[in-house]
Amino acid sequence: MSKAPNSKEWPLWEVFVRAKNGLSHRHAGSVHAADSKMALEAARDTYTRRMEGVSLWVVPSNAITASDPRDADELFAPAEDKIYRHPSFYVIPEGIKNI
Amino acid sequence: MRSELALRLGDDGLILGQNLSAWCGHAPMLELDLSLSNIALDLIGQATLFLGLAGDADDLAFRRDVLDFKNCLLVEQPNGDFAQTIARQFLFSNWQEPMLRDLAAKGEPAFAAIAAKSVKEVAYHARFASEWIVRLGDGTEESRTRLIKGLDWMWRFVDELFEGEHAALRPEWDARIDSALREAGLERPAARRGIVGGREGHHSEHLGHLLSEMQFLQRAYPGAAW
Repeated sequence: MSKAPNSKEWPLWEVFVRAKNGLSHRHAGSVHAADSKMALEAARDTYTRRMEGVSLWVVPSNAITASDPRDADELFAPAEDKIYRHPSFYVIPEGIKNI
Repeated sequence: MRSELALRLGDDGLILGQNLSAWCGHAPMLELDLSLSNIALDLIGQATLFLGLAGDADDLAFRRDVLDFKNCLLVEQPNGDFAQTIARQFLFSNWQEPMLRDLAAKGEPAFAAIAAKSVKEVAYHARFASEWIVRLGDGTEESRTRLIKGLDWMWRFVDELFEGEHAALRPEWDARIDSALREAGLERPAARRGIVGGREGHHSEHLGHLLSEMQFLQRAYPGAAW
């Protein structure tokens, strides 16, 4: 991990929980752990104690590459005026369920 | 005989659960704080069910004297440092899991039902403790030294687990313990004469201190309720 070897803190892991089969894993939070096994157990004890999940992923936090907030304009602003990318111009026939 | 078994199983969970809950707010990391408290709550939940087969669980937990407790001596041993707590959990959970599995298969229905629910919880306790044995034993010089000391302290109280009908569990327990110790690069502590008597109510001084804290409220304010 990227922590300094003499660091007292264990590395950080991001936790993803699948609430039930068929749904995707959602980010739930993070835990400190020395290795992946310990991270899974800490995630189990921290994020699934009230039956929140059926499956867990843990990922070293430093394996995640995040977008730079300063790039927000060029990354996200161009989508603002392109409402035609939303599927909102269809008339949904009556009687159609689950949309 | 039936209520004797309920007391033994219930007291094991109650006393170990009470001991472990003292880690709440004191564990080395927040995550471990939660892990140890979860295990404590599992055990206290099991104790409530088993003691319920012997009488009123609250009454038995909070208004019984030390000589009437039937837990094994291992579970009343002090937490010590984190390594000592893990050593105790490792030796106990690896016994409790196969014990409950047998009880779920062969016990009378009321016991079997509780055992079947509990064995899943305990399988996790055993896994958690065994992985920590490897981590501490194969970790730093300090973690290794502390773990060896912890195992050394707890080892005297192992024989009691296999008294009577539990003798048959020993080979499986030995195999589980040896496998984890091997992976941790540790030797089995030297064999010594086991200390027994907890099942008959002969306890170490530690249980009295634990009970005086656990039972304080009901002793000072009998019948107090939330």
